[in-house]
Amino acid sequence: MDEHESTIEPNTIEITRRTVIETGTTALLLTTLPRAALAAGPVDDNEPPSPAVKVELQINGSSHSLTLDPRTTLLDALREHLALTGTKKGCDHGQCGACTVLIEGHRINSCLTLAVMHDGQSVTTIEGLAEGEKLHPLQAAFVEHDGFQCGYCTSGQICSAVGMLAESRTGAPSYVTADLTQPQPELTDAEIRERMSGNICRCAAYPNIVAAIKQAAGIST
Amino acid sequence: MKAFVYQRADSATQAAAAAVKPGAKIIAGGTNLLDLMKLQVETPSALVDINRLPLDKIEETRDGGLRVGALVRNSDLAADSRVRQRYGVLSRALLAGASAQLRNKATTGGNLLQRTRCYYFYDVTKPCNKRNPGSGCAALAGFNRIHAILGTSDQCIATHPSDMAVAMRALDAKVETVNAEGEARIIPIAEFHRLPGKTPEIETTLKSGEIITAVTLPPPPPGVQVYRKVRDRASYEFALVSVAVVIATDGKTITSSRVSFGGVAHKPWRSIDAETVLKGRPANLSTYRAAADAAMSKAAGKGHNDFKIELAKRTLCRTLADAAHTSNGRQS
Repeated sequence: MDEHESTIEPNTIEITRRTVIETGTTALLLTTLPRAALAAGPVDDNEPPSPAVKVELQINGSSHSLTLDPRTTLLDALREHLALTGTKKGCDHGQCGACTVLIEGHRINSCLTLAVMHDGQSVTTIEGLAEGEKLHPLQAAFVEHDGFQCGYCTSGQICSAVGMLAESRTGAPSYVTADLTQPQPELTDAEIRERMSGNICRCAAYPNIVAAIKQAAGIST
Repeated sequence: MKAFVYQRADSATQAAAAAVKPGAKIIAGGTNLLDLMKLQVETPSALVDINRLPLDKIEETRDGGLRVGALVRNSDLAADSRVRQRYGVLSRALLAGASAQLRNKATTGGNLLQRTRCYYFYDVTKPCNKRNPGSGCAALAGFNRIHAILGTSDQCIATHPSDMAVAMRALDAKVETVNAEGEARIIPIAEFHRLPGKTPEIETTLKSGEIITAVTLPPPPPGVQVYRKVRDRASYEFALVSVAVVIATDGKTITSSRVSFGGVAHKPWRSIDAETVLKGRPANLSTYRAAADAAMSKAAGKGHNDFKIELAKRTLCRTLADAAHTSNGRQS
């Protein structure tokens, strides 16, 4: 599916029966709306548009130049302008974590930031984690441990876990860290759950997500 | 989202000059502002991006405190070893707020300026004196479970949602600003946030165009620091009530204390009344109860939030008891 979608030219999405089946009705409905509607939130099509901005993003190691309405969130830039639909739009308000990507290695909600604010920065999405056919250890662990059911939150969960493990390696504490002065808090189940609380899974695959993260982190279960 | 002109500032003074224009807004992390813009609660005609300004350092001050740049991310501030060692209550409060993704974006200055999460403020179909002055307050007779119990007015019962600010209030932080003329100002955090009164739309004492450049923390007060947050789920949720406490004892008697509440008022709520009760009294439950009663003596609910008064008292008692038996902001 990723491979097929990556061949779609940005801004010239053609609807075929196959695309409809593969992308689902929500995506189809979106493509029938005016382009401005893909910018975040309700848009008054009668008002003059914002002056366009040029944005250069390093996405998964490749440079992309875009000319965007400045209202375009990073999430919409990825999905609607670059056809990188691995990053999901859940709530679009920073409450679910489905849109999590890494900016310069740090996890953020791509729905709550403008693409133009990241001009010149590197973005890593779920599409950038595997090396060719070789899955990222977290991807492999999610598959092995059934860290999902419907899968909609999974790309956000995995990107978030990549960022979380990097934070943990620097010794960052969490709210449940008993002693904030310890330089390297241990990643217990409670620590993993707290550190991953920005990613909601409506299928409640949490025990398996924790198990997958522990495996990828080299923690015995 | 309404259309806006996007600008990038090269200096704080330039940003202040751009932000003084009607309709202009500063954007830093953007995690609150963009959410509000999507809902058209905020409709700026210009966004001034200050993310490239060199305001992202945490520096030692001469008096033994820390100066935190306005653009230091919440995650970086919480993880800073000096903050963890000397200002555990601040680190814990930051880690109690939002999610890791949001903390990686949210800034020190932006956290202070975040807007209330009152549902009626967010719902543009409802009256709200904060969003639309003079339109009324739907929370007064509406669902007000999350609303304020102290310092309210007949115009607004919204709370300030920050955890960070509650700890900073206990630590007597100072907010540094600059305006379009390049004039700097230092505002004690006690004077930074306002109560709603007749003008709930005015939330801080910042003047038009004045922007935050840093927050300074004085040397840590003596004693143990604890932050406790009570909320509807264990993580990633705003406080119903939170408490920041710094308490020093000589083993039996309380020699000094700081008590600050979150989730109860339009601003982080320092309780000098509780601190007065605590000073010189034995560190035991009856003292804590007396302090809690003093802290909430003027509290009043609006129906659904009545429970917060008792909750705040019990949370303070538990936090003071914790502080007497723990160290370094550890929460049991």
